[in-house]
Amino acid sequence: MAEVMKIEILRYRPETDKEPVWQTFDVPFTREMSLLEALAYIKDELDPTLSYRWSCRMAICGSCGMMVNGIPKLGCKTFLRDYPKGMKVEALANFPIERDLVVDMSDFIEKLESVKPYIINDNPKSLDDGCHTQSPKDMAQYKQFSMCINCGLCYAACPQYGLDKSFTGPAALAILHRYNQDNRDAGKAERMKIVNAEEGAWGCTFVGYCSQVCPKDVDPAAAIQLGKVDSAKDYVIAMFKPGE
Amino acid sequence: MTKRKPYERKMGATWWLKNAFHTKYIIREGSSLVIAIYSMVLLFGLFRLSQGTDAFNGWLGAMSQPAWLAFHLLTLVWTLYHSITWFSLAPKAANLWLGQKRVPDSWIVNSMYGALAGISVVGLVLVLI
Amino acid sequence: MKRSNEPVFWGMFGAGGMVAALFTPIAILITGLLVPLGIIPAEQFSYERVLAFSQHWLGAAVIWVIVSLPLWLCMHRLYHTLHDFGIHAGNLVKALFYGVAFAGSVACATLLLLGLI
Ligand code: SF4
Ligand code: FES
Repeated sequence: MAEVMKIEILRYRPETDKEPVWQTFDVPFTREMSLLEALAYIKDELDPTLSYRWSCRMAICGSCGMMVNGIPKLGCKTFLRDYPKGMKVEALANFPIERDLVVDMSDFIEKLESVKPYIINDNPKSLDDGCHTQSPKDMAQYKQFSMCINCGLCYAACPQYGLDKSFTGPAALAILHRYNQDNRDAGKAERMKIVNAEEGAWGCTFVGYCSQVCPKDVDPAAAIQLGKVDSAKDYVIAMFKPGE
Repeated sequence: MTKRKPYERKMGATWWLKNAFHTKYIIREGSSLVIAIYSMVLLFGLFRLSQGTDAFNGWLGAMSQPAWLAFHLLTLVWTLYHSITWFSLAPKAANLWLGQKRVPDSWIVNSMYGALAGISVVGLVLVLI
Repeated sequence: MKRSNEPVFWGMFGAGGMVAALFTPIAILITGLLVPLGIIPAEQFSYERVLAFSQHWLGAAVIWVIVSLPLWLCMHRLYHTLHDFGIHAGNLVKALFYGVAFAGSVACATLLLLGLI
């Protein structure tokens, strides 16, 4: 038994549209149907020109971020049954719309790269010295922050990123903190230059919405506050070591 | 030639009204407005205190005008909203451990509510004894 | 990227936020509602009693903390809220905002110290 639901989509076709326009589609749905499947239905049966991004269909690739009734969501993790009053679907906020539901994420990708999201260690431990040990406590310092799937929902939730694109932003700062906290890493001093800046942790006013919308419970807001604590310590140390 | 023409959406000055979470954020930050005024009221009271009995009683008298009572009621409610949000966010900036176990967030939050209650009782006792 | 001097203001903001969350509610309740409404008898909050409290070093410290520190919370937040409303204030406005908190703290300390000596 399929019911029908109205789904409004903000369309933008750069060759013809001056600005985005709303278009309504009637989609038959079942209890199990995700928004991503609804979009596939629209593309296959109603309007093949609709553009959107997806890959895994299981909340792990991070491709299908979009605004659903003004809230950043993963299309594949959002179900029609939870929206009895209908859906208004729009490209992810705070990013330029490339076409329909596809945004230009290049700034986000640059931010992610800028934090050196890999273990830095010029003198890796030799194999003869045995393995690295990490206690549960050592691991808990970073594990949560390593769950990020780079979906960008937190950037769409963050007014500070929306207001000022120079802000490094939630996911990148969370990932930065993830590597800083890993006891196999020796790159903290390099990354602290970012944390310490206005564009780093200090661009955050702890709105906290990033943590609310994150589909992976990364809690970027917590990572950023811990980054501020780190940065404050770093500030005091620097006062006693001028010239460095 | 590129066919790209990315469309930038503007945020506008009322962005914080479009999302309930953002509205609550601005309400939280807005508590600063009344708390700052309250600090100034106290500072002025302290100034009047330094000028002697009449001056201080004049300040006290002003405080029982309806407008000031309304202001203080509003400020009390808004400050308590600040307290609630402050307590709920505090664990995020703390990284406390007992051995290999992280101190649960609820312990931090509850102890802050406890401190609020304790400080309030001590305050009342101080005025009343 | 340049090192921000925000840690200084953030430290004061944190202290002020804590004081506002824990101490300010009862302070407002007493000075703004219970005493003016007469629920706490006027003699309990008389000139003599309040003066004596403010002239004890511990009382003076409590008053300073309750009056001054929340100003740092507030001016910090209000300054950042300007940015939230799309007003990109420069260094002058920043100096003005934190200047209010600084001036308030110094004025409060001066009044209290004059009472102590
Ligand atoms: S922190 Fe969460 S919301 Fe942000 S990009 Fe990573 S998974 Fe997505
Ligand atoms: S399609 Fe991969 S996260 Fe939704």
